Amino acid sequence: MIRRLLSVLHARNLEFLRDRPTLIFTLLLPVALVIGMKFVFGGPERPLFKVGVIATHIDKSAHPFLSERYVEFVVEPDEATALDKLTHQQIDLVLDLREPLRYWVNTDSPKGYIVEKLLLASAPAAQREKVSGAALRYIDWLFPGILGMNMMFSCLFGVGYVVLRYRKSGFLKRLHATPLSAFEFLSAQVLSRLLLILIITAILYAGIGAIIHFHNAGNVLLLLFLTILSALSMIALGLTIAARFSSEELVGGLLNLLTWPMMLLSGVWFSLEGSPRWVQWVAHVFPLTHALDAARAVMLDGAGIRQIAPHLLYLALTALVFLAFGAWSFRWRID
Amino acid sequence: MPSPDRPPLSVPILEVRDLVKQYPTATAVAGVSFSVPEGICFGLLGPNGAGKTTTIEIMEGILPQTAGEVRYRGEPLGARFRQEAGILFQKTALQDFLTVRQSIALFRGLYDQGLDVEEVIRLCALEKLASRDARKLSGGQQQRLLLAIALVNDPQVLFLDEPTTGLDPQARRKFWELVESIKARRKTIMLTTHYMEEAELLCDEVIIMDRGRIVAQGPPRRLLHEHFAEVLLELPRQDFTDAARSLPLSVIEGPERVEISTHDLEGTLRALLEAGVPLARLRIRPANLEDLFLELTGTELRA
Repeated sequence: MIRRLLSVLHARNLEFLRDRPTLIFTLLLPVALVIGMKFVFGGPERPLFKVGVIATHIDKSAHPFLSERYVEFVVEPDEATALDKLTHQQIDLVLDLREPLRYWVNTDSPKGYIVEKLLLASAPAAQREKVSGAALRYIDWLFPGILGMNMMFSCLFGVGYVVLRYRKSGFLKRLHATPLSAFEFLSAQVLSRLLLILIITAILYAGIGAIIHFHNAGNVLLLLFLTILSALSMIALGLTIAARFSSEELVGGLLNLLTWPMMLLSGVWFSLEGSPRWVQWVAHVFPLTHALDAARAVMLDGAGIRQIAPHLLYLALTALVFLAFGAWSFRWRID
Repeated sequence: MPSPDRPPLSVPILEVRDLVKQYPTATAVAGVSFSVPEGICFGLLGPNGAGKTTTIEIMEGILPQTAGEVRYRGEPLGARFRQEAGILFQKTALQDFLTVRQSIALFRGLYDQGLDVEEVIRLCALEKLASRDARKLSGGQQQRLLLAIALVNDPQVLFLDEPTTGLDPQARRKFWELVESIKARRKTIMLTTHYMEEAELLCDEVIIMDRGRIVAQGPPRRLLHEHFAEVLLELPRQDFTDAARSLPLSVIEGPERVEISTHDLEGTLRALLEAGVPLARLRIRPANLEDLFLELTGTELRA
């Protein structure tokens, strides 16, 4: 039994070692992960709560609460801006240090509830102010993120592995012998996946929306247009990965390398408010970030096409660029 | 059957000039040139690794050559060639979950012009299988489907790369009948095979390749006539005595059998008897393309 096991083990190891692109990627991935973790989580301890302070700068000696651990204090230039962020779950509490000490908290936010307890422990006399207008529940803020994340996985993995399977089976080689161009083939794949994603997203939107009693403040047709552009951009991104490789391990690894940073940095689960500027810059390279920012603007604030036009333009441009790059680098057969 | 003594048309449908395909560790095709007249079945023969599939894939426009060129109707391969060529690869996977009819319709949709899907189904005798999942066909049925796909655009030139490899004799004969019917429509066929019976039956002209080069070219009958006398005598090697080896005969010795080529059957038989060769296991047969390949390369075809 050991001999048979060792035979298979040896053959598998040889296969792995001789698959150069996969080998290089597998060795580079942990190094990239270590470097990434160092940048994102290195340095001082990460805060658990974000508090907006209406001031020009943070002076820790101004109040004992400003020295609390695990709380990040973000300078807010005025009350209106700070309250807007509060109602959109971007910060957990707003503090005005001028006498008398006042604060605003989103009562639908679990984090807001805890950070309020922390504040009152060091400033029992602080006055709670009423937040004007309806504050968003966390689930309202999260809902577009859930839809976007599902779309991202379906877009990237759905087309990537299909094209890979076609190439490995020789079906692409057969298609290559016809007048079909790479652009035509890829466009067909994009449209097929787009249709599927629209159906799935519509079901999720209606189903989850009904369960959580979500009310869309914006135009549904604009949301549909945004969904189409977002899906096109992310499907085309998946195709750039699957355009030329023929190793499942490599393609799977590369797709993971794309999806994980998007899931963590695009604002699916939490806002990047207060994050280092470079993190926010990196996040805005991802199509998912633009998709979610625009979706939240439409769904939560009722934004129109003008307000989200920069996001729409970015998504359309990236869809075209990714598709063109995918067609240019496309390989019909395993070399 | 091959069309005997048909004069080739003046303008070749395909021309291959000084074709070279170099891989990092081997030369698959080493400077091959030939022309394919329109309306004939042109065979590319050779053992595994001779370079015939590489040559045909370059001619199909799906594999880039290192040097040389391929011309279709006097022009480099381009959009017109893609529209007018039909191809059956050695191995082809189709899209999953499609029926025979849907698979044919998929490919029909990729061409500007061609045959009606139902007509192609009839042509390839697939009527009873048209609604069946394409993955559930037998080997012979699968090849007929792939031939149907190669015919959807009513091609001017049809490439068949070892189309009957792995088929049982009955399926192979049925496939040959289909190819005969396509020949009758005056289509040009490029056929690679290592079944010599297939080449002799279908091809009007053949090229024999070995180690990336052409070692013989012409109509099969003419090649056989040029290289062989009337008949071949075949003996087990152990029956071929040392005395017989000293006779002035044209002999090819294989590992298990000896072949003697002669146009004087009676004289040769007499000489063998005088050399003490037992004739009880002697076989007399006409020469074929397999013998020709052996003569030219000293290699068994399926080695």
